Amino acid sequence: MSTNPKAHSQKYHISQRANQISPSGIRRFFDLLASMEGVISLGVGEPDYATPWHIREAAIYSLEKGQTMYTSNLGMPELRQELSRHIKNKYNLEYDPGSELLITVGVSEALDLAMRAILDPGDEVIMPDPAYVAYSPSVVLSGGNPIMVPTTEENNFELGAADIEARITRRTKAILIGYPANPTGAVMSRDKLAEIAKVAQRHQLLVISDEIYAALVYGVEHTCVAALPGMKDSTILLGGFSKAYAMTGWRIGYAAAPKEIIAAMTKIHQYTIMCASTMAQVAAIEALKAGDDSVAEMIADYDRRRLVMVKGLRNIGLSCFEPEGAFYAFPSIKGTGMPSDEFAEKLLKEERVAVVPGSAFGEYGEGYVRCCYATSLADIEEALARMKRFVSRHQKD
Amino acid sequence: MLKEILKILENDARTTTKQIATMTGLPGTEVARQIKQAEKDRTIIKYKAIVNWQKVENEQVSALIEVKITPQREVGFDSIAERIYRFPQTRTVYLLSGTYDLLVLVVGKTMHEVADFVSQKLAPIEGVQGTVSHFVLKRYKEDDEIIEGKEEKVKRQPVIL
Repeated sequence: MSTNPKAHSQKYHISQRANQISPSGIRRFFDLLASMEGVISLGVGEPDYATPWHIREAAIYSLEKGQTMYTSNLGMPELRQELSRHIKNKYNLEYDPGSELLITVGVSEALDLAMRAILDPGDEVIMPDPAYVAYSPSVVLSGGNPIMVPTTEENNFELGAADIEARITRRTKAILIGYPANPTGAVMSRDKLAEIAKVAQRHQLLVISDEIYAALVYGVEHTCVAALPGMKDSTILLGGFSKAYAMTGWRIGYAAAPKEIIAAMTKIHQYTIMCASTMAQVAAIEALKAGDDSVAEMIADYDRRRLVMVKGLRNIGLSCFEPEGAFYAFPSIKGTGMPSDEFAEKLLKEERVAVVPGSAFGEYGEGYVRCCYATSLADIEEALARMKRFVSRHQKD
Repeated sequence: MLKEILKILENDARTTTKQIATMTGLPGTEVARQIKQAEKDRTIIKYKAIVNWQKVENEQVSALIEVKITPQREVGFDSIAERIYRFPQTRTVYLLSGTYDLLVLVVGKTMHEVADFVSQKLAPIEGVQGTVSHFVLKRYKEDDEIIEGKEEKVKRQPVIL
């Protein structure tokens, strides 16, 4: 089988649009990983918990009752009501369950819908670099152009309003942000977000805010962009259940936005997806109604492991930005002189620890690796011990 | 912060002082001091392993015994409870609301041994009106840990971006 995408496109006439996006940049790394035994992986971007039992049980019960039909395109009314209540409680923001909320197949779908609903060919979307791998392709697939704004460790990987403003052109349509951030673990302060909101308002841009990690912050407050003064009308808020409730495999998320935008997104959603899976929607209702305690317990546990991970990385001699959200640490590996993909590959081969090269998340992720601490404490400590050996062997000082 | 330390230890009693210090942000000496104090005032009673004896062919039998008693003047249920919990055969003794008063977990090598203990030691105690014995057939979960049942570990994808 050929692995050259070009060859495929010639044989099967793969569309230019599909050819325009590249497969994950670390294919070789995945292949290597798949062939190895005894690997401790810090590369997994999901909770290590199974979904809390009461949520699973609610879904099982719904299946027993025969709740197996389609739901409304927007999602079950009860779920939208619960969601509306949840957002109101958290951010004192009112979204009409009938017209301003759409239940989607994870934030991934919501992101795609948002882009398809607002972008015309050639429109530009400004976003941070490094960032979650789907951001840029979601813009490209909708015919738009992603415009990257570097974020740096020195600036806590926060997106600067002035840096955004400097890149605004007459084609700029939106600013896409995702905080707490994958891969850096950065959280945007309220003040910095307010500056971005001002820029958006001044230039009449939409802000698309992926807040999938909103619940996972440690000792700091998460600010919802839509809750900033005057921002509800120019924000597409994306959220989901995957990270907070350990529900990644259910694929269930949502968009909250002005009704004209939700209407446009719903049109695309109804022709491509129809509705999010009914079972997952039932589970999401239970999560919103009764999941708070389980979430609090998981957060407390992530926080303990976060502290062990960050301290451990620093003890190894890697400079590590203090992550305040999500479940990632993003240490600098510049002291080894290796590019991040080489670091990750050698670390895997020599010590059997998998981390994700920062370069997978954009040009400005280079020099860093992403280490997920949503794994057992024992594994974190063993991984740190192995990394210590590795780094002391390769340190260029 | 003591609560946080206790939670960590309750989950894994082998977590070291140093690890707890990292997890809580307290200095190691302070963690050690708080643990010592908790041990001293019996906030921490003991550190034990949860053993699945079925795995080591160490046959043992347990029974939950409902005990109905007549409370005694001045001491209520406490003195009878004490007479019962001093027997090493009793592992757990609770005073309960409802149709009976004490629930006693008794462990022995054989069913016979447990039955003998109940009929010869427990039942004859003055103030004990009657007992009902329930032998344990299977331990599914104990102290928050699943003993006999499905482990919930599902293999994750090795790398997810």
